[in-house]
Amino acid sequence: MKLPYLPNHDESSFFDFVSTHHPGLTPGGHGVVPADRWAQPESARSGGPMAVPHATTVLAIKYQQGVVIAGDRRATEGFQIADRRIEKVFKIDEFSAMAIAGAAGPCIEMARLFQTELEHYEKLEGMQLSCEGKANKLGQMVKANLPMVFHGLVVMPLYVGYDLKRAEGRIFKYDLAGGRYEESDYHAIGSGGKDARNTMREYFQKNLSEPDALKLALTALYNAADDDVGTGGPDLVRGIYPTAKFVTAQGIADVADDRIRSVYDSMIAVRRSRET
Amino acid sequence: MPMPYYVSPEQVMQDKAEYAKKGIAKGRSSIAMEYADGILLTADNPSASLHKVSEIYDCIAFAGAGKYSEFENLRKAGIRHADLKGFMYSREDVTGRSLANGYSQSLGTIFSQELKPLEVEILVVQVGVNGQPNEMYRISFDGSIIDERNFAVIGGKSDAVQTVLKEKSSGQAPSLETALSRCVSALEQTANFKLPPEGLEVAVLERHRVGRKFRRLPVADIRLLLSV
Repeated sequence: MKLPYLPNHDESSFFDFVSTHHPGLTPGGHGVVPADRWAQPESARSGGPMAVPHATTVLAIKYQQGVVIAGDRRATEGFQIADRRIEKVFKIDEFSAMAIAGAAGPCIEMARLFQTELEHYEKLEGMQLSCEGKANKLGQMVKANLPMVFHGLVVMPLYVGYDLKRAEGRIFKYDLAGGRYEESDYHAIGSGGKDARNTMREYFQKNLSEPDALKLALTALYNAADDDVGTGGPDLVRGIYPTAKFVTAQGIADVADDRIRSVYDSMIAVRRSRET
Repeated sequence: MPMPYYVSPEQVMQDKAEYAKKGIAKGRSSIAMEYADGILLTADNPSASLHKVSEIYDCIAFAGAGKYSEFENLRKAGIRHADLKGFMYSREDVTGRSLANGYSQSLGTIFSQELKPLEVEILVVQVGVNGQPNEMYRISFDGSIIDERNFAVIGGKSDAVQTVLKEKSSGQAPSLETALSRCVSALEQTANFKLPPEGLEVAVLERHRVGRKFRRLPVADIRLLLSV
């Protein structure tokens, strides 16, 4: 029966609940202005990127115990730097994380919505969704965002989860239409994604140890920052470094800033010695 | 001309209340009790999968007694209410008071307007963090809401359980072990039989946990706590 004064909905999905009852709260925003009436900024009309902050390179690599997921800290707005300290890697629940590339605002909103979605399901049903179930749900959310893509607000997630049943880490990538594809070893997305993938292709091995996987992830981000203006490298002056998380059977663990810093210190020392 | 059939509003309400009370009286009891590090929820529940106690949000838990389908529906609506608020505003803006008010409004409206009242009694408890006190609300089938201290009881023999607990309670918040054994013995005394750890559903809201503070205690933990 319907309960007055309390939200009623038949399914266990929070995303379906807000899209039905509070459409303004979803990133897909079913209440958006039609494309032809959208007052587009000058840059968007001339075919350039729309003037909202864009988050850039993020990547994930499988290793012995699970998956490492990492991202740089730069957000760009056209040729300007919008933010130097943006976080692109989000803990979603105890066993999964997601990293984002695309329009920063809707991306962060989608991560928050996805966090709520999984917690909501777990509380209503009394159990967690399977790793595959979580990945599929995220695909549906990306698909719902399709109308916004035509306004230039692209949201591109990279999802990693530890599958407790299979006892392995898994990586999922998406396309704009919500298509979901599983990657077997590693993947990177965003403006510097291709550069990061090149590095990972060169040095990736199966069953990497944790320090090696972290080093590879950070090297790939460094190389991406080297070749791509949208990707931020380590900022030695301000002490801003990329962020990374390990997703394993023990849950999610943030990699400490000091540890990332020491990896970069030794990497930079090696590169500097090559120049002299 | 036939006269319309008249029943006084007092009579209608009385009949409805009696009907709801009868439904609730058939069920077993659940207890929420404050202990040193949070709130303990204990339910006499032989089923391991059909829960009477559940998590609502970071600091908020729910317990229901009476008709399962009806309090389950209320539980789900409560989670939706809390998650929506937390998503729309922020996690710290989700409060037990607002949820308890929502439940009270809803139950009150159903009681006065629907033919059949809900045969439920529910508890909304919130563990206080950063020096805030705990909050415990007991909400009845007619929407009446009671702010409880130290412990709160719902279900079939709630009055009897309450009397037993009142005798035992001291001013100080007990340790988890003491609180659990008090709850279990109160439930046993009123049920008149021994409750095995498998027949109990126990959960806690732990004040010092980071993030979501609700935790179910597995049978092994219950046995261990009761053996102390």
